[in-house]
Amino acid sequence: MTTYTVAVISAGLSEPSSTRLLADRLAQAVRRDGARSGLRIDVVDLPLRSLARQIADMLVTGFPPPALKSALDAVHSADALIAVTPVFSASYSGLFKSFFDIADPQGFVGKPVLLAATGGSARHSLVLDYAMRPLFAYLKADVLPTAVFAATADFGSDAGGRSLDERIDLAGRQLVAALDRPDRSSSDAPTDLRAGRSTPTPLDARRRRDADPFDNLVPFDQQLAQRFG
Amino acid sequence: MQFGIFTVGDVTTDPTNGRTPTEHERIKSMVTIARKAEEVGLDVFATGEHHNPPFVPSSPTTMLGYVAAQTEKLILSTSTTLITTNDPVKIAEDFAMLQHLADGRVDLMMGRGNTGPVYPWFGQDITKGIELAIENYHLLHRLWREDVVDWKGEFRTPLRGFTSTPRPLDGVAPFVWHGSIRSPEIAEQAAYYGDGFFANHIFWPTSHFQRLIELYRTRFEHYGHGGADQAIVGLGGQVFMRRNSQDAIREFRPYFDNAPVYGHGPSLEDFTEMTPLTVGSPEQVIDRTLTFRESFGDYQRQLFLMDHAGLPLATVLEQLDLLGEIVPVLRKEFDALRPAHVPDGPTHAALVAAAASAASELEAVQA
Repeated sequence: MTTYTVAVISAGLSEPSSTRLLADRLAQAVRRDGARSGLRIDVVDLPLRSLARQIADMLVTGFPPPALKSALDAVHSADALIAVTPVFSASYSGLFKSFFDIADPQGFVGKPVLLAATGGSARHSLVLDYAMRPLFAYLKADVLPTAVFAATADFGSDAGGRSLDERIDLAGRQLVAALDRPDRSSSDAPTDLRAGRSTPTPLDARRRRDADPFDNLVPFDQQLAQRFG
Repeated sequence: MQFGIFTVGDVTTDPTNGRTPTEHERIKSMVTIARKAEEVGLDVFATGEHHNPPFVPSSPTTMLGYVAAQTEKLILSTSTTLITTNDPVKIAEDFAMLQHLADGRVDLMMGRGNTGPVYPWFGQDITKGIELAIENYHLLHRLWREDVVDWKGEFRTPLRGFTSTPRPLDGVAPFVWHGSIRSPEIAEQAAYYGDGFFANHIFWPTSHFQRLIELYRTRFEHYGHGGADQAIVGLGGQVFMRRNSQDAIREFRPYFDNAPVYGHGPSLEDFTEMTPLTVGSPEQVIDRTLTFRESFGDYQRQLFLMDHAGLPLATVLEQLDLLGEIVPVLRKEFDALRPAHVPDGPTHAALVAAAASAASELEAVQA
């Protein structure tokens, strides 16, 4: 069975929060739909509230404390992301943005991302398209067509609840379809059984090359020769 | 192994009493600190180069020349000299002059600087940092080694039959370190020339710097300057000491909490765990410093940052007294662990001897 890893980043501040609740339901939908397609989906849960202090520290020092380092590594190595924020002052929350400010931007290139947000009323729902999509377009992520907004009423009323369920299911299916596309790379699939190791795809190679200045190093004698002939 | 101090030359308000030294006081303090370094038996004093407030050391060779006149053994160095924005012709002449005045007690560390706006202040293009570092250093390297230089490059007017004066003392160029906190290109450059590589690893975790130094060592060997373990490595360090470690923590905490670089961020406890910063007893500083060798291999120079974040001069001088007590212990431990084939810290006398033996080998081959 092919396995994919999905990192779930949620920026809710209360415990529990509606943001976390929405993130959990999206992750469940992806796992369920993945199983239907014969895929195993490993979910890595990353609630940013517990990393708030460490995120602020890294903004100041430039390097991540250990727990934040693990979270950033998990995002970098995940096959796909679910990113969920509450709406604060007409946009994503500052905590949500700060996490993406300190993450390595190369880690998002070509990666499927399911966007979702929560707010007090549906009047905030365009935050998905006017704030979140531009951020992930900048990061060159592969943002899914369906993004999910949940207002307080969606959690309460029957009609609202049914409609939210449908949006969650649709978004979940789109994420699994994006993961399962033949050109998509994965950490442990497809596997060359005879060699007993993963076959790197062009996307893997590009991610690695972009991310690591050590791999791009031009030998100094060559640099001098280019410069002075 | 060489031990010393390096200073940024920041003018910072003392957070415990709100007092800010004048530029004049800070400049004079730096000289007092340098003299104290020699008095307590340290080997090296290095000053930064900055061209914007709140920093004072814009003219390192002026300061180091003044210190040279008041010291006898101390090696005078920089941390760093801006190879990107200084004209390499002027660096060649300034440091050769200093080398003569100080009877060879001079080396320097190349850096690209961390303040973008400096580039246009000195007529350079901010987007060309790495290219400037490569081209300018290549010219500097030739100016110290060739009596007459013809030169054409991208960043300055060509030279025809130019001789930089004075010629280096005893015909031997000052030793050069290349400092970098993140660029493998600079480690590669240092390796190519067989120069030293200095990792100022005081603000970031050790793991980040292990890769840079490993690259430098591997490439040093690749370019035929000796084995990887014979490459010339320097490291930064940052300490605050009192006999009783709790006293050290209590006294240093307000300076840490308000420090320009890392203040208002992580706690002192978290930061000391994640970076080489050590706040505690002299014994703790000895133990921590010895772990650097385990992380990076045998190395040649250890510089400590002692006078920043608004620490008053009197406190810095007390810190240097304590540093003077632990350095003989560190020196003994490091020297005992270092294999015979790994070189000691670079000195003018050693470079002169190496040049003489290279010349006599050449004569023997030609005979």
